[in-house]
Amino acid sequence: MNNLVLNNIIRFIGLLLFQVLVLNHVNLFGFINPFVYIIWVFLFPFKKNKFALLIFSFLLGLSIDFFSDSGGIHAAATLFIAYIRTPVLNAVLGKSDFDYVLFNLRNIAFIKAISFISLLTFIHHFVIFSLEYFKLSSFSTILYNTLLTGIFTIILSVLGIILFTKKK
Amino acid sequence: MQQLIYFIRKYKYFLLFILLQILAFNFTIQHHSYHQSKFVNSANFISGGFYNKINSINEYFYLKTENQLLNEENVELKNLLAKISLPSNDSLYSKTDTLHKIQKYNYTVAKVINNNYSKRNNFLTINKGSNKGLVSELGVINSKGIIGVVKNVSNNYATILSILNSSSRINVKLKNGNHFGSLIWNGEDYALVQIIDIPRQAKLKKGDTIITGGKSALFPEGINVGTVDDIIIKNHQYQKINVRLFNDMSAIGQVQIVKNLHKEELLTLEEKSNNE
Repeated sequence: MNNLVLNNIIRFIGLLLFQVLVLNHVNLFGFINPFVYIIWVFLFPFKKNKFALLIFSFLLGLSIDFFSDSGGIHAAATLFIAYIRTPVLNAVLGKSDFDYVLFNLRNIAFIKAISFISLLTFIHHFVIFSLEYFKLSSFSTILYNTLLTGIFTIILSVLGIILFTKKK
Repeated sequence: MQQLIYFIRKYKYFLLFILLQILAFNFTIQHHSYHQSKFVNSANFISGGFYNKINSINEYFYLKTENQLLNEENVELKNLLAKISLPSNDSLYSKTDTLHKIQKYNYTVAKVINNNYSKRNNFLTINKGSNKGLVSELGVINSKGIIGVVKNVSNNYATILSILNSSSRINVKLKNGNHFGSLIWNGEDYALVQIIDIPRQAKLKKGDTIITGGKSALFPEGINVGTVDDIIIKNHQYQKINVRLFNDMSAIGQVQIVKNLHKEELLTLEEKSNNE
């Protein structure tokens, strides 16, 4: 149990620093900066402890906002995907009742895990870019940014999850 | 009462979610208004300190370009100095008046420790703060042109609202003319900014130099901005004017902060005339 808490704290700090010190300055093709820190939300254990998930997701987003001077947009987006995480997983797996305690993202089928990650990533990015541009007239720019940045976030997230988690 | 407790119990996660979401939106809206983002900004102790540490490593890679810039500016200033016909060394005419300040602007040098240019709303962080006399709303320039305006200030750090930001509006004018306009950014290319509100009487052509107007109390008149890149005219009105910046906003090292010593006097005078 303690090991699990410690793991999540280390992951929180590690992903935060990696995001603000490295990924925020990637500028691939001039404008793509993948938001890989949301891996923390994907990997947070699916226990009944939803309060901790909501509060710490909010804090993770807010910490990113502190570093990148973006008001509260990362906090809003990260909190949103943390809230809809369980319904999305239910929809992807096609069942409403599964064992939360023993659940591990590595144990479900690869294609289902990918679609779970992709859905949440695209929703998160869409919220971020909508709040950043905050104009109906730049809707196409928002979609374009969401799609391109989302693809790179998904690739990096999947690679990160494969490399840094143990298969049980 | 029991109903209320039951309701809260049933929807506790949803209520927490709504509460935090309102908080996040509140921060976002506060951030968009010019003066008020007191809480969420990178000028604080932790993030400012982190950026400072990382920057002290990074700056070694840019020493060469920084030196080059300094050299160019030195040459420019020396040329200016040579142009001024120096007064004769007669001590009769030289006087030092410390009572009536003639000096209008005061410059402070600072180092950029975090720079963004690829987002819609960009900010920079610098390593000087209120301990060195900085306050919000001071102009920021470097040797090639304008950078932005100081927004939030902490003890040792400050954030700068870049000209690459949707809230940025800076008074500019033509170098060969007296027509004024406002400088904005449409968020597309970080090398191109736009001018709006320029009257159609102004004669613009490609390659014209744009400088700061000196109408606002932020920047001195005549700081370089960029050159006109292309002009779209519709119904004899300027539809869109793109300006190519002299500065490469993706590589900013040292900056200078301009303090207008007459600002307070100017503002009180203007307020007085407005109230009458």
